[in-house]
Amino acid sequence: MKQRTENPHRKDFPLLAANDVAYLDNAATSQRPACVLEAERELYEKHNANPMRGLYALSVEATECYEKARETVRRFIHAASAKEIVFTRNTTESVNLVAYSYGFSKLKPGDEILVGIMEHHSNLLPWQMVARQTGASLKFLECDPDGSVTEDHLQQAFSERTRLVAITHVSNVLGRENPISRIVAMARERGAVVVLDAAQSAPHKRIDVQALDVDFLAFSGHKLLGPMGIGVLYGKKELLEEMPPFLTGGEMIDSVTREGAVWAAVPHKFEAGTVNVAGAWGLQAAMGYLESVGFQEIERRELLLTSMALEGLKRIPHVHVIGSEKPEEHSGILTFTIEGVHPHDVSAILDADGIAVRAGHHCAQPLLQYLGISSATRASISFYNTEEEIGRFLRSIEGIRGKMGYGR
Amino acid sequence: MAGRSFYNEILTEHNLHPEHKHELPDANLVLEGVNPSCGDDIWLKLKVEDGIIQEGAFLGDGCAISQASADIMLDLVVGRKREDALRLAGIFLRMIQGTAEKDELEELEEACALQDISHMPARVKCAVLGWHTMEELLSEKNG
Repeated sequence: MKQRTENPHRKDFPLLAANDVAYLDNAATSQRPACVLEAERELYEKHNANPMRGLYALSVEATECYEKARETVRRFIHAASAKEIVFTRNTTESVNLVAYSYGFSKLKPGDEILVGIMEHHSNLLPWQMVARQTGASLKFLECDPDGSVTEDHLQQAFSERTRLVAITHVSNVLGRENPISRIVAMARERGAVVVLDAAQSAPHKRIDVQALDVDFLAFSGHKLLGPMGIGVLYGKKELLEEMPPFLTGGEMIDSVTREGAVWAAVPHKFEAGTVNVAGAWGLQAAMGYLESVGFQEIERRELLLTSMALEGLKRIPHVHVIGSEKPEEHSGILTFTIEGVHPHDVSAILDADGIAVRAGHHCAQPLLQYLGISSATRASISFYNTEEEIGRFLRSIEGIRGKMGYGR
Repeated sequence: MAGRSFYNEILTEHNLHPEHKHELPDANLVLEGVNPSCGDDIWLKLKVEDGIIQEGAFLGDGCAISQASADIMLDLVVGRKREDALRLAGIFLRMIQGTAEKDELEELEEACALQDISHMPARVKCAVLGWHTMEELLSEKNG
């Protein structure tokens, strides 16, 4: 039995080694392995200078690290060119970049923006803003109560005026994967571009932007074992080239006169100001680490733990898991309610038992409104979690209603 | 552990069976209190005549701490003078901040069951929601 519960990856994470917490809030942010922390430190200790502009060796080294990191990201998501990789702060900034730059310059009254009902607010609010300012209208792709998107939903959502589709790859509440290839095909028929929010998918499954054939893809480093403050926007080169800059200022120009400027080539056109080299260097270390573990191993472990947790939750009276019945359709994310107990109290009791989960609306209020709940508790699993942790989680859940005075 | 003992019987009892969670049609002071960060939401309704809180009730949705705290508060303040209720709210808020004097705490009666909140920064807003709402309600008008 012991062998089953041992996890060979856990020792790579200093916080987990030093802390007894069962960390089940991985969909919010992951923990980071030592190699990522070392990479950030290495950058500052050995290669620190302002990149891009300095003509001395140290600055060239910093630039090289930054561009090597970009190449690692390209390889990680299987993009055709490193010019299609823009570093941002996080998913939110990546989506906002597309909204401000592509949305404001390309969309006009009468156009339709299609967003999923299950979007995280970060892939909804930017499009509400674009709709308000351009006169385009905002349409929603609905889903069934278990999160599945059917052909009917798709047919109702798309129209001949659909010009942009902003959709999440995997829902941060349901863990459900959207039918991206079908969505991309329908968008193509109408000449619409697709913006894919990969914040919840990129940490857990192999991403191939060319196979997905999306126009833009956004994700954060911090959910993917990387540092906070570094994120990625992938964009097809021909689109990025014709788009205006998002932020303007230093480092994103070729030349500047009193009246105007010539923008730098992509991707630097979109990276104004001194960039986060240490973050990028940490992110490439995270990607290297994930590749060394392997997505097959990651998916295997996460499915095993998700199955155990889902089956366990189903057996506990008064607990209701949102979304699919099948563990393989949860991507490690289990959102649930307990009858008569507010999610904040659930989270507080779990916390007292050394278990970290998320409670609230999960930045997806339209989805929760559709599901008829105001808030819920979410446990989200990573490959470094253990069966012991899932057992601890389930035992704590089992005792919650009793602690809240039911059956007294 | 703090959380385990925190959900004590006084708190869970007021959460499961709140005596004051109902409509109050003849209330003359009504105010909504909201914690935007967590969604706790209460409507506090008071009937104040001649400077005395004759009746009090609340409606709302939120965690056990926010709901029980509001119920406990109404237990304490109904029948009291406006100034007295405000003074007790002051003691309660000082208790949550950890600065109340020991002999003051006795006046709070069951509300002392929420004392441990001072060690749970994430839940302080839940505990004080009803009390802040009452402070605002009683101080903005001369009910």
